[in-house]
Amino acid sequence: MNKYLNFIAEKNQVRYLVISIVFLIFSFFWIYPLLWVLSASLKTDFEIWSGLGLIPDRLVWENFERAWIGANMGRYFFNTLIITVVSVIIVVVTTGMFGYVIGRYSFPGKKILIGILISTIFIPQGYTIIPVFDLLSDLNLSKNLLGLIIATAGASPVIYILLFAGYFSRIPVELEEAAKMDGAGFFRIFVLIMLPLTKPVVATVSILQVLHAWNDFLLPVVITLGNPDIRTLSVGVYAFKGEYFIDWSGMAAASVITILPIIVLFLFMQKYFVEGVQGAVKG
Amino acid sequence: MYKKSLSQQIYDARWCYLFILPCSILTGMFVLYPIGMSWYFSLLDWSGFTDDAKFIGFQNYVEAINDKFFWDAFYRSFIFMFGTVPVKIVLGFIIAVFLNNQVLKLSPFFRTIIFMPVVTAIAIIGIVMTFIFSPFNGPANKLLMATNLTSGPIDFLGNPDTVLPTVMGVYVWKWLGITMMYWLAALQTVPQDVYDAAKIDGAEGLKLWINIILPIVLPFAIVIILVEAVSALNVFPLIETMTAGGPFFSSEVMEVYIFRTAFITDAGTMPRLGYACAAGVFWGVAVLFITALQGFWMRKIRRI
Repeated sequence: MNKYLNFIAEKNQVRYLVISIVFLIFSFFWIYPLLWVLSASLKTDFEIWSGLGLIPDRLVWENFERAWIGANMGRYFFNTLIITVVSVIIVVVTTGMFGYVIGRYSFPGKKILIGILISTIFIPQGYTIIPVFDLLSDLNLSKNLLGLIIATAGASPVIYILLFAGYFSRIPVELEEAAKMDGAGFFRIFVLIMLPLTKPVVATVSILQVLHAWNDFLLPVVITLGNPDIRTLSVGVYAFKGEYFIDWSGMAAASVITILPIIVLFLFMQKYFVEGVQGAVKG
Repeated sequence: MYKKSLSQQIYDARWCYLFILPCSILTGMFVLYPIGMSWYFSLLDWSGFTDDAKFIGFQNYVEAINDKFFWDAFYRSFIFMFGTVPVKIVLGFIIAVFLNNQVLKLSPFFRTIIFMPVVTAIAIIGIVMTFIFSPFNGPANKLLMATNLTSGPIDFLGNPDTVLPTVMGVYVWKWLGITMMYWLAALQTVPQDVYDAAKIDGAEGLKLWINIILPIVLPFAIVIILVEAVSALNVFPLIETMTAGGPFFSSEVMEVYIFRTAFITDAGTMPRLGYACAAGVFWGVAVLFITALQGFWMRKIRRI
């Protein structure tokens, strides 16, 4: 149940109104940079720099055409989409299995395993990036999407494992025991009893990984340094800035192509975003 | 009941091991192996692109410790942390307290708005912000001049004195939504009767917050501070896309320094992966040390 400390009394209309208005103004300024880039993507270069207004005189859809085709954002969009989707599947399956075992079973070596995992939580990405790059080169995976996909999937498993483990450990034992009586083995219990119960945590983990994979920058920028074909959207826009630095409206359109899908996803699945974020401190 | 032998236990748990295998392989490849290898690489004189790696012992470390740019970047990372974390914690708390009011009908809307930058790709934010803070008719300067706050445009990102505060401001803006969500979760743990008692007492006073609510959410505060502090040290994408460490290295934090020495070649110089790894190891150990320190502090406070 939700708990609220309502120090804004319903009777006190003035205070209520003042707080609402202050927050409305604050929200507008807060969101202005995002609205600005959205409006810039539909303006001419001249208009972008001519005022603070957000409504374009005429909707210049050609900006998107230039970005999508000319600057190759179309290709980068599908690269990013593939990396995101495949890495989400890998992450959910592998960390889900891991979390299940950690959450419900004890076995020799479990404590050491958990200790090792926890100790890696705060390792900065800047610390591991060079060996990751080297490893992928040695495996001949640094020039194709596959390398980027598995590196993206393997980068930060700990939070996901803990989310899964916490969730599985709360499922009552009785369910499992009944199945054992019926002769179900380890694998069947997992698939028939446990998996159907995990939808909420799968959703949360998926959302977190989507956010990570879609928005990641350091790993893809390093992997794609010598190979523009496998760039992701973030890297593509960054390269765009270096290559066509005077095409402001095209760059704004490329930015919108990158951020809009995630914002739309967020608006529809807000609950899971919030749960994922809060799970990190609650746990 | 007799105790099973270790091999029997291991055999009984064979399914468990099978289940942890795929994730263990991935984690081994992309988390554990890199941690180990960067120690080894840091002892090499190696460009990363050829095979002629030479073992040079701790020379990279010696060189890093004597490099002014290294220490500048090191300190700057901590300035960044101490400059942003308190602001986020306090601002996030104040916003959460307001938005935790059920009566405020627009609260879900405000939460969505404040959280929006969190889901936006960080590299894009860095690039868009170079527009927003542009000295040539950028919206930030337009607004300042339209309201007569400044007479001429401010070169936010081109001036060594303003660049770091500007990037820090953008960082707070980008991630405040997460801090707010942490605090909202924390406020939900305050027992219902405390809220009820507060309602009966009128709940007007600041005293109530300081004496009753704050002690309850304090354990959360410590976790939040820890998480926030570590993330404030990982700001590579934002700085790389906003300023690339410039102007004149004045916004170069540790990760940008590592990236520059490892992958960016100035005219005529070779990239130096070995050296960059040494800087990275030094940095990783420093971060780990801070984490451990805070973890220790956390336990101490929780015990009280």
